[in-house]
Amino acid sequence: MRVKAQVAMVMHLDKCIGCHTCSVTCKSTWTNRPGTEYMWFNNVETRPGVGYPQEWENQDYYKGGWELKNGKLRLRAGGPITKLMNIFYNPNMGTMDDYYEPWTYDYEHLIDSPKSENLPVARPKSMITGNYMDKPEWGSNWDDDLAGGSEVVSRDPNVKGLQDHIAMEYEKTFMMYLPRICEHCLNPSCVASCPSGALYKRDEDGIVLVDQEECRGWRFCMNGCPYNKVYYNWNTHKAEKCNFCYPRTEAGLPTICSETCVGRIRYIGVVLYDADRVKAAASVEDPQDLYEAQLNCFLDPFDDDVIKAAKEAGINEEWIKGAQESPIYKMAMKWKIALPLHPEYRTLPMVWYVPPLSPIMNHITNEEELNTDGYIPAVDQMRIPISYLASLLSAGDTSVIRKVLLKLTAMRVHMRSVNVGGIDELGKSKLLEEAGTDVETIEEMARLLGVAKYDERFVIPTGRREMDDDLHYRQGACSLEDLAPPEGMVTYPFERGN
Amino acid sequence: MENSSNKLFQHLKFLKPGKRINDGWTEESPRQREWEKMYRNRWAHDKVVRSTHGVNCTGSCSWKIYVKDGIITSETQQTDYPTTGADFPEYEPRGCPRGASFSWYTYSPVRVKYPYVRSDLYRLWKDERDAGHDPVTAWKNITGDPDKRQQYVKARGKGGFVRADWRDVCVMIASSIIHTIKTYGPDRVTGFSPIPAMSMVSYSGGTRFLSLIGGNILSFYDWYADLPPASPQVWGEQTDVPESGDWYNTKYFIIWGTNLPQTRTPDAHFMVESRYNGTKVVGVSPDYAEYEKFADMWLPARAGTDGALAMAMTHVILKEFYVDDPTPYFMNYAKKFTDLPFLITIDQHGSEYRSGRFLHADDLNSQEELGEWKTVVWDLNANDTTVPNGTQGHRWDGGSKWNLELEKEDGTAINPELSFLHMADEEVQVEFPYFAKEHGDIVRRGVPVKHITDKAGNKLRVTTVYDLMMAHTGVSRGLNGDYPTDYHDPKPYTPAWQESITGVRKQHVIQVAREFADNAKRTEGKSMIAMGGGTNHWFHSDQIYRAILNLVLLTGSQGVNGGGWAHYVGQEKVRPVEGWQTVAFAKDWGSAPRQQNGTSFFYFATDQYRYEERDVMKDTAWGGKYNDMHPADINALAARLGWLPSYPQFTQNSVDLAKEARESGAETEQDVIQNVVNKVKNGEVDWSIENPDDPRNFPRVFFNWRSNLLGDSGKGHEFFVKHLIGGDDQVMAESETSWLPETVNMKDKGAEGKADLFVSIDFRMTSSGLFSDIVLPAATWYEKYDLSTTDLHPFIHPFNAAISPPWESKSDWDTFREISRVFSELAEEYLPGETEEILTSPLGHDTTDEIAQPSGKILDWRKGETEAVPGKTMPNFSLVKRDYPNVYQKMTTIGPDLKQGYGMKGVKLPGAKVYDELKERLGVSKREGLGKGHPDLYSDIKAAETILLMSGATNGRRAVEGWKSMEEKTGQDLSDIAKGHEETSYTLADITAQPRQTISTPVWSGLEKDGRRYSPFTVNTEYSIPWRTLTGRQSFYLDHEMMLDFGEGLPTYLPPVNKGPYVKGENEPEHEEPSITVRYLTPHQKWGIHTMFTESSPMVQLFRGWQVVWMNEEDGASIGLHDNDWIEVYNRNGAIAARVVLTYRIPRGTAYMYHAQDRTMGVPGTTVTKKRGGTHNSVTRITQKPTHMIGGYSQLSYGFNYYGTTGSQRDTIAVIKPMKEVNWLES
Repeated sequence: MRVKAQVAMVMHLDKCIGCHTCSVTCKSTWTNRPGTEYMWFNNVETRPGVGYPQEWENQDYYKGGWELKNGKLRLRAGGPITKLMNIFYNPNMGTMDDYYEPWTYDYEHLIDSPKSENLPVARPKSMITGNYMDKPEWGSNWDDDLAGGSEVVSRDPNVKGLQDHIAMEYEKTFMMYLPRICEHCLNPSCVASCPSGALYKRDEDGIVLVDQEECRGWRFCMNGCPYNKVYYNWNTHKAEKCNFCYPRTEAGLPTICSETCVGRIRYIGVVLYDADRVKAAASVEDPQDLYEAQLNCFLDPFDDDVIKAAKEAGINEEWIKGAQESPIYKMAMKWKIALPLHPEYRTLPMVWYVPPLSPIMNHITNEEELNTDGYIPAVDQMRIPISYLASLLSAGDTSVIRKVLLKLTAMRVHMRSVNVGGIDELGKSKLLEEAGTDVETIEEMARLLGVAKYDERFVIPTGRREMDDDLHYRQGACSLEDLAPPEGMVTYPFERGN
Repeated sequence: MENSSNKLFQHLKFLKPGKRINDGWTEESPRQREWEKMYRNRWAHDKVVRSTHGVNCTGSCSWKIYVKDGIITSETQQTDYPTTGADFPEYEPRGCPRGASFSWYTYSPVRVKYPYVRSDLYRLWKDERDAGHDPVTAWKNITGDPDKRQQYVKARGKGGFVRADWRDVCVMIASSIIHTIKTYGPDRVTGFSPIPAMSMVSYSGGTRFLSLIGGNILSFYDWYADLPPASPQVWGEQTDVPESGDWYNTKYFIIWGTNLPQTRTPDAHFMVESRYNGTKVVGVSPDYAEYEKFADMWLPARAGTDGALAMAMTHVILKEFYVDDPTPYFMNYAKKFTDLPFLITIDQHGSEYRSGRFLHADDLNSQEELGEWKTVVWDLNANDTTVPNGTQGHRWDGGSKWNLELEKEDGTAINPELSFLHMADEEVQVEFPYFAKEHGDIVRRGVPVKHITDKAGNKLRVTTVYDLMMAHTGVSRGLNGDYPTDYHDPKPYTPAWQESITGVRKQHVIQVAREFADNAKRTEGKSMIAMGGGTNHWFHSDQIYRAILNLVLLTGSQGVNGGGWAHYVGQEKVRPVEGWQTVAFAKDWGSAPRQQNGTSFFYFATDQYRYEERDVMKDTAWGGKYNDMHPADINALAARLGWLPSYPQFTQNSVDLAKEARESGAETEQDVIQNVVNKVKNGEVDWSIENPDDPRNFPRVFFNWRSNLLGDSGKGHEFFVKHLIGGDDQVMAESETSWLPETVNMKDKGAEGKADLFVSIDFRMTSSGLFSDIVLPAATWYEKYDLSTTDLHPFIHPFNAAISPPWESKSDWDTFREISRVFSELAEEYLPGETEEILTSPLGHDTTDEIAQPSGKILDWRKGETEAVPGKTMPNFSLVKRDYPNVYQKMTTIGPDLKQGYGMKGVKLPGAKVYDELKERLGVSKREGLGKGHPDLYSDIKAAETILLMSGATNGRRAVEGWKSMEEKTGQDLSDIAKGHEETSYTLADITAQPRQTISTPVWSGLEKDGRRYSPFTVNTEYSIPWRTLTGRQSFYLDHEMMLDFGEGLPTYLPPVNKGPYVKGENEPEHEEPSITVRYLTPHQKWGIHTMFTESSPMVQLFRGWQVVWMNEEDGASIGLHDNDWIEVYNRNGAIAARVVLTYRIPRGTAYMYHAQDRTMGVPGTTVTKKRGGTHNSVTRITQKPTHMIGGYSQLSYGFNYYGTTGSQRDTIAVIKPMKEVNWLES
């Protein structure tokens, strides 16, 4: 057992209101500068839809993530030899059309316009070429709320296999939102794709970063990441990606996207996992077994052996306590209502998703059939096809999705019976049984999902800086290191570490 | 540890292989990570300042503004609101993507950094000044010379701004005002600024100035059509709604035409989370709107047919929960809190019967004080008619029985009977109006009637409102007449009946109505309906709302936490309203403000009255005297009867009128007034409203601040451009083919360019700026001090300056202070001493004017139907004194009139103590002049402190005093409501430390003690305080003559009126391309709050840039469109150039142009007009609904933003066609 700690996130999709506040606050903090115009460390996709970049789930095109070949795990884009051969031309990399041509307007013209024949207007302008354009043709969220209609929706890679289940027509409309950040995977293919070794997964918290000093701009990470969450900065010629706001998490603060999420859908916490189980988990044969295999990597933070091993691995009490109180541990590992996005990519992603409920299809036509099961509809009548959710969150295994939706429904029915009454006890207990849960769990769940206080959503121990060296020196010199190089300082009283 | 010298070494070290783990798969390498400080440094900041966002959004979210190196870098939401309790979701975080993008504006290229004047005007001005003319003469010379005036008026909207000097601009503005006052009167100076709750000090800067000079302040809530007229009609309350936290308390939530995730973004989570607590959610919307994602059921009712759906649900609830299985909780609620048991006369018209007016005490005897205003029930205990406490008469009769206790004045208990079904003297076939088919119909249904004898000995037929509701909605109870047999009989108003209208399956209507009521029965009223723009922005909004409100009233859900209506569109709540009102309208100096309803003003000022369509007011089988009259004529009637304000008042200068009266010998104030009234009566003095195109009645000077009136909220945008501004317009309609008024004087041609000076004050360049003569640079919301409150949460929190206003920008408070300074300097010479003028004001709500016109009978003094009596049958007239040289002194100090007390909504607060407390908190003015020694109001900070100190919501002593004043009127013990708050007194520093929860005050109707969520009318249901209506109860029946004339006595269904696209005989654009005619809707958008934020870079990048129109993809295909193609949308009102968004999410036959994108970005010319394409309002035009003009009658009395016509724009029909050529019209 090699215990490692990972900060992880759950996004409760049922709560997502699709507002994109996360995207904006993230962008104004991290990617609001030349070279990063099209970078959305955090983006939100309307589903069904093509996502950003377009059709990023189409791995036949992008060749991202891992595949199992002859029982062996390898990058879908090919190993080091293929990489070397293509180092100056990466055939799988997305083009600007897959992303978009960022645009602005000549705003100044509104104020500066000389006297003119017509009302002045600010025309759109490419941020790439600086030339006027008649109209933008695509953007990071071009298909918001099903904009573009069936033309766009039919290009959703998850829709392609499900034509029988998905009707793109007014009466049968459904939609959901999928906010995305870097998955900070346990088995990150971006790291493995980098010829320069510039990407790394931090040992103390599992955050995956691109070293801005080491990156050589080869860009194999961009499509090596099956989630297409690494971007290329044209200004610095280096790759950048979501950094899980480590400057904040180190201080015990949630990521920007999480704290500013007004749907309050995001949860952050620590989980402990056994690093020695990762390869085996990513290598199971059947993609539908990957979810269970990944779950098997996680360690019970209440288990004495785990605690002992964790301490030996340098994980302190507060982090162990954090793992015990972790909302991620509860939702993903204990209650099993949060699922990994596209487990079939074999990267063992660490941003987990609770699938959404949706309105029933209006197919009940007979008054007598009206479902009064506490007014709350059954999962099989819901608009979002379970198979669609399964394509996103369980490598196509609908039984996994169905079980989660049953748990969420059972929770609503139970809470209604507690608060309003009028629900048939027998029906309720059947529902609980089918969902495989119990009243105590369900009430705990209702609290974490519904009441969701700030300190219950975010359980983040501060960074373990005591492992760093020279903290006394840093106390006075941080950010002034150039003015205060530690070498040869006579006033510097302590022995420095190495 | 790293420094540059060993960097290379570190890199080399890093190439050394690390330790391999995980079956050799993973390498642990202790790499160099010093670079990580890069992102840490980016995150670091120097300070965090608490501020918020200022107008047009009712979110009132508190934000952390990050400042680094003296620069505002970004913002994130505050998360420190006071708690809602241990088991309740909190308000953190509050904010949305729009707000999160605000800091973009600070340094953006659309920022207005300096004062700008259009060069044509500036040159004229400079020439006059250089020629040695004093500034007032200079202004007179420019505007008095038609050529010169035309020169700069015609340049509006055509670029060519030049930078100007602040002082010089203030002189120009002040001169224009002085010239206008002298020549035409002060009521030709007009200001528009909306939604004070979101920056009350900034609002007050302008209105305080306008109040002191006698200018005209326009309302916005009604103009925006966000005011739900049903609220004053039903409750006598402008609008009062639950805070969003209360959604978590509901157990059955219908979301009906308000897109909570999209427009109530920071609040939506309460609805989402309530579902985990067992709440069912049902969504009603024509499109698969964002909120449908959270619904358990989607009822896809066709746009504008919501009233039909609600009427069918009403039918189900009445049948199942009142008749089949009477529910005690509902019946008791109906008896105590609604007008359902009140008696209505049944009047005979020939051989037919119709319901008449409320029976009142004066019909029965003459003993009752104000008996014409005391309504009557049938008391089962006495088996006789009885007057219960709490009616409008009790409110004003000087007694203390204005309460809802079910007893008579002498204390005997009464038991009101709801129905005469089992004790009828007669069953009468009563006529009910029916409007769902063309030209309407009349339905005759049996109603149980009792016979009583009035004081003159006449036999009267009476029935109850309850019995009328049953008959009208078609619940038969075994009576004769045209009743439906069951739910499947398609007669009004059954579930089957609505199916063909709304498209919603009848089964679903039955299910939802039944569940909604059953839920209310189980929870005693925790059934809630959220409603908003989608249901409210219609011409017949009031009827749609009244039909929906049936559901919450009949289920006893109103006035209950977790129940009732939840109206969310443009609603706002200035929680510290008593203090704000005093500051905003300079009441401390006894100023008499002019407060004009925006809709009437713009209807005439922009000449939209010239383009009415006769078809809109269809002939109906119901007939009626007034529904045949042109709305402009009814508006003129409303003005002369004192119902609605009307500014400018008279064609003659109000200053001259006073002067002339004095000259003709009038000595006392009363003499002067009588002199003017006589002239008005005999027609010597003309009403401005009847001569809107007479140059003497033009609104000469116009201030637009905190608003993008032209690019956003100018319904009928092209008419604004044409008639008010005089710029290039795209109007295609013609007066010649339109329906024209009779009493309002039409000139051959509508006037163009009525405004002499149009001033916009803003921090960004919008369409309003582009059309203005002067644009002044405003401080942004992160650069000033102010206050923010909302309906949506119970807290108050501040604006603080993260940085000082950069460049030459100023806060709105400072801007108007500086204008007033220059104005007063000039006034010393041009308007010296005191100036008298005549002020008319309408019969006001919450005053005794409410009991001016008994029985709601319409009597026109002009036709000799009654005497012309100011304050009774016509507006109030007063003689007021303006002190122009002292306006600056009064702007900047608190005046002594405060000592006489203040208050609102009938609540009185003592003022002397407050005046002294203010001296202490603000210090006194040391500036020489009139204001010296008075509390100092120089800065925005001091204005904020004043508001906090003076208001019950933020000062416990005021709250306690307020409740005491209510105790006197109601005879109820209300002392515990604000108990414990006596020592609470918030300062700006307090609310900067943390938002604070406001205190319950009698100016609002919700209780907030013990951390309880705010729900409106809980004060009424729990403390028996009456609603401010005729019966004192929640109203189903409205008996004003105009209401009955229009067939709208009871809630009913009226289909949308279809305006356009063209009227017969008009020139339609000719082209060969395919086109489609659609219902054109403008719901609130996702990527901006109105036009605000839409041009910010994050918002632009997050969707498609501007402007776009959504359409059904099959509709699009039918005219050959592909997604993102250029289209033009047009009708007789104007034309729009935009790109199309195709989807299957919205129904066929409907186009959504989300409000409001403005025309400043990415808009080419249209091929239809060859001019720059317009805004979303370029194809709209307003029509006023006459029933909203009623006044002087109980709750149907005018109040600013309270009652009056609404600028509805949803009833528009437009044409869409592809636009093949894109011409940018830019050289």
